[in-house]
Amino acid sequence: MNKIDNLKKYTVKDRLKLDCGKEISNFPIAYETYGELNGEKNNGILIFHALTGDQFPYGKNPITNKEGWWSYALGPNKAIDTNKFFVISTNVIGGCMGSFGPSSIDPSTSKPYGSSFPVITINDMVNAQKFLLDYFKIKKLFAVIGGSMGGMQVLQFVSNFPNIAEVAIPIACTASHSAQNIALNELGRQAIMADKEWDDGKYLENGKSPSKGLAVARMAAHITYLSKKGLQEKFGRKLQERDALKFGFDADFQIESYLRYQGSVFVDRFDANSYLYITRAMDYFDLTKQFNGNLSDAFKGSKTKFFIISFTSDWLYPTTENREIVIALNAIGADVGFIEITSDKGHDSFLLDVPDFLNAVKNFLNNSYKNIHETRI
Amino acid sequence: MKQEFKIISSLIEENSKILDVGCGNGELMKYILENISNNIRGLEISKKNVQDCIEKGLTVIEGNAELDLGQFPDKSFNYVILSQTLQAFLNPEKVLYELLRVGRKAIVTIPNFGHWKIRIDLLFKGTMPVTENLPNEWYNTPNLHMCTIKDFVTFCSQRELKLTKSISLSGKKVSYIKKNNLSYKNLTSELGIFEIEK
Repeated sequence: MNKIDNLKKYTVKDRLKLDCGKEISNFPIAYETYGELNGEKNNGILIFHALTGDQFPYGKNPITNKEGWWSYALGPNKAIDTNKFFVISTNVIGGCMGSFGPSSIDPSTSKPYGSSFPVITINDMVNAQKFLLDYFKIKKLFAVIGGSMGGMQVLQFVSNFPNIAEVAIPIACTASHSAQNIALNELGRQAIMADKEWDDGKYLENGKSPSKGLAVARMAAHITYLSKKGLQEKFGRKLQERDALKFGFDADFQIESYLRYQGSVFVDRFDANSYLYITRAMDYFDLTKQFNGNLSDAFKGSKTKFFIISFTSDWLYPTTENREIVIALNAIGADVGFIEITSDKGHDSFLLDVPDFLNAVKNFLNNSYKNIHETRI
Repeated sequence: MKQEFKIISSLIEENSKILDVGCGNGELMKYILENISNNIRGLEISKKNVQDCIEKGLTVIEGNAELDLGQFPDKSFNYVILSQTLQAFLNPEKVLYELLRVGRKAIVTIPNFGHWKIRIDLLFKGTMPVTENLPNEWYNTPNLHMCTIKDFVTFCSQRELKLTKSISLSGKKVSYIKKNNLSYKNLTSELGIFEIEK
């Protein structure tokens, strides 16, 4: 835990009223920045992470010692070029990489909040992150970018703060979490809560760890991030370090071994209660309903330039759902571009080395910045 | 730049709002953006072309004109451009009405199947014409509904669609198409360029 205590944090003094009705204040937001803010303060980009991401998209994560989750897309001369842009990345509230979350200590009991942590929403996450912009004295952001749950935050951010971001790139996301996605999240939550070690969410104070449940949740979720074709090509029916089937329940197949590995490494870096809270926030996300069934109203009067990106093999946040956002924006004459990238890598495509995707982001960002800030002298 | 694009651009008033349907690699959009109006966007079906447009800094939506025009509100553009694509749609009539719903004016260009070279090909060679504007063979052409300039003019007048400008392009030669020269222009034009209002 000490290592996490040492991460960069900003403590929000203000009160934040959450959607659940509770109020929080004096809470930490863990963050990281890349690149430099220019004199005009017009090159700021806020990026939002997905369900299991954190504030470390680039470089070595000091806690996990692994490469950042967006190392293909972000860095010097990359799609999100840190030589040009000042990138702010935060850990969402509810998370477990230093921001206010269920593993934070409740000062009134001196124990981790666990399941007494308030239920948070995408709206709450975005409102909390806005305080950090005030801390950096950034009035206008050049861009807000995120994939998956990060994309939902992009949509919510632009809706809540219509005049702050000049461009917005929601990637592989939706404006309204589908029944299928709620079902898949529920599967993960039930796996965690069925683990006796979860202990009604009090595992931290009781020295337990629901790692089996969390691993199963991760395994199930991991399948949804890939595509059938991608899995078939990578694993097929290949056997794991054996020549024949063993007629038992060991990991005979490579895919089984791969999933088990994914589950086991995940539990070392992620908090089970955070998984419950963040998936819940995703399920509750319904920007369309928030605007009484008319998604266009979420963006009314917005001067933001939108660029929406989906992937052909993403069945978790399919192109049709991304297109709904495009349609809503066109209905109000907003400035919106859209591309569906061809990729066999499923929902995870936005995190991987998919050149068509990375080029589109790079070209869009660089051209937009040039058009907005460099041409009009 | 293509002569066709120069003529299209000359029809557009400054600072108007424009949608280029089937905008291709964005050549025309870029010219209009830099010279006439910065309020232009494209709809394009080919992913490669969409990428090219993004590289040029253009606003483009990947989509199919036959399915995706419905999302634009009535009269949300001053001009909707459709360059040499009408003949490739399953239902060109429906697309044309959609163009005139979302745009106050439509600028439509069509490769003229009535051009004398095409007629000669069919008459003397007895084979389906292959020309510069229509480079495909019969078995791989995307053009499902070829028409002549005369066909198109008749089509519009039957539906009381106003052709506010009718221009003929033959090589580099530009001329107006009028009632009294229609048959002649139908023989000599490679391309017809029409500004249409409903």
